[in-house]
Amino acid sequence: MGRSSTEVTPSIDHHHLLGQPADLAGHLRQHGSLPVPESADRNWQQRFLELLAASGLAGRGGASFPSAVKLQVARAAGDRGTVVVNAMEGEPASDKDKVLLLRAPHLVLDGAQLLAAACGAERVVVCLPVGRDRVASAVALALAERAALRYTRVGEVLVRPPDRFVAGEESALAQWLDSGLSLPTFRPDKGVALRIASRKALVYNTETLAHIGLIGRQGVAAFRAQGITEEPGTCLITITGSVMHPGVVEVPRGTPLRDIITSSVPSEPVDALLVGGYGGTWVGPPHFATPYASLSLRTIGATAGVGVIVVLGDQGCGIAESARIAHFLASQSSGQCGPCVFGLPAVADDLTLLAEGRPDAALMPRLLRRLDQIQGRGACRHPDGAVALVRSALGVFADDVAAHQAGRPCAYAHRPTVLRIPLMAGT
Amino acid sequence: MLRIVIDPVACDAYGYCAELLPEAITLDEWGYPMVDATPLPAELVAAAKRAVRDCPRRAVMLQRREEPR
Repeated sequence: MGRSSTEVTPSIDHHHLLGQPADLAGHLRQHGSLPVPESADRNWQQRFLELLAASGLAGRGGASFPSAVKLQVARAAGDRGTVVVNAMEGEPASDKDKVLLLRAPHLVLDGAQLLAAACGAERVVVCLPVGRDRVASAVALALAERAALRYTRVGEVLVRPPDRFVAGEESALAQWLDSGLSLPTFRPDKGVALRIASRKALVYNTETLAHIGLIGRQGVAAFRAQGITEEPGTCLITITGSVMHPGVVEVPRGTPLRDIITSSVPSEPVDALLVGGYGGTWVGPPHFATPYASLSLRTIGATAGVGVIVVLGDQGCGIAESARIAHFLASQSSGQCGPCVFGLPAVADDLTLLAEGRPDAALMPRLLRRLDQIQGRGACRHPDGAVALVRSALGVFADDVAAHQAGRPCAYAHRPTVLRIPLMAGT
Repeated sequence: MLRIVIDPVACDAYGYCAELLPEAITLDEWGYPMVDATPLPAELVAAAKRAVRDCPRRAVMLQRREEPR
């Protein structure tokens, strides 16, 4: 504590999330103390908001929502409240937030402290699901180090919500913290701040907070030195599937898809990439040169999503894999909205019939109609993710679809999956 | 301009809304309402208000159309 200047000092240090010190002593040597004012300072708050806006940072939890806009909404929602570190990472294929908390917990927590200072929140709550004991130990250690040095301005606690796919959806998380109910809420207007105990709640993804922690220390130039103008900075991507070296990589935003997977070394010729996670989209070889950036991905109907790329080799069946994901997503519905509760299992069942080469004549029109009808009719985006996945599968694996429709099951349909899907999902 | 919004969490597929306002609301195969995306014509506003009032789950709402995001 006690740094004389609370100015945010720009420097041109490299902006990298991985390769940061994991312990507080190393963190302090590298970055100095937390650059927040001793007490509420409106001018500092305004400058910090401007800094965040100038950085161009967008959320890394899946929705790519501008981080500064979220802060602006929170600043307008009254004093006091909670900054929530969303480390729920319900996506089974994703590891980036776990890796980040193991390797740079102080960067993440600093991002939360900066936001708390910037909007007058009086506490930071880290939400990590039950069961992730190694990560929880690392976070608990980091929190203890910070408390011992009286390093932070507002209190930090670790809480453990249930481990379910939709538990990390921000309205579900806010409701769990508010009332113990881990369910998404219906929010027709996303521009209204979430609430916990009637006070505002800012829910930020773990990686987003780590970027904010660095931006607050190093300024905008270091962040914008990498990536592309529209989407600056680096990003963390978990690469799994048919690769020799699965894991988390940090690459500049805008890196072409095929370059991102190169270092993970595909173990077979690559048939398709699942980009954005289980609620993401399949991308075929003609688009492997597409830059990993929202604008470019949108032109091929994909999104960056939660920062996941699953590599599918040519010994796999995209339809069978998609059916497995669809069943998983169906099992992870929170059970609130009819179109999701009934629609997702129906879609998953039809996809399985298709992969097994035993579709009835009405299957394809029925499947397509259901995809159209489910889209956009949930309280959260869970069903939309499932629809996007299945739609992309029908497009990218169109040849397989035609073969399976003609009654030829996939030779690879019963090969072991390349996907990580929890066996006990839904139980 | 008004639009109909269904709260999908509250909705329990009673289906009254589709009976009261078939011009703008149809039901999917599981009985849950699907709303016509086009703006609600003025002559349907009265029927829409009735659908709002009569939903046993209070899941039907009339909202001023937001600016497109």
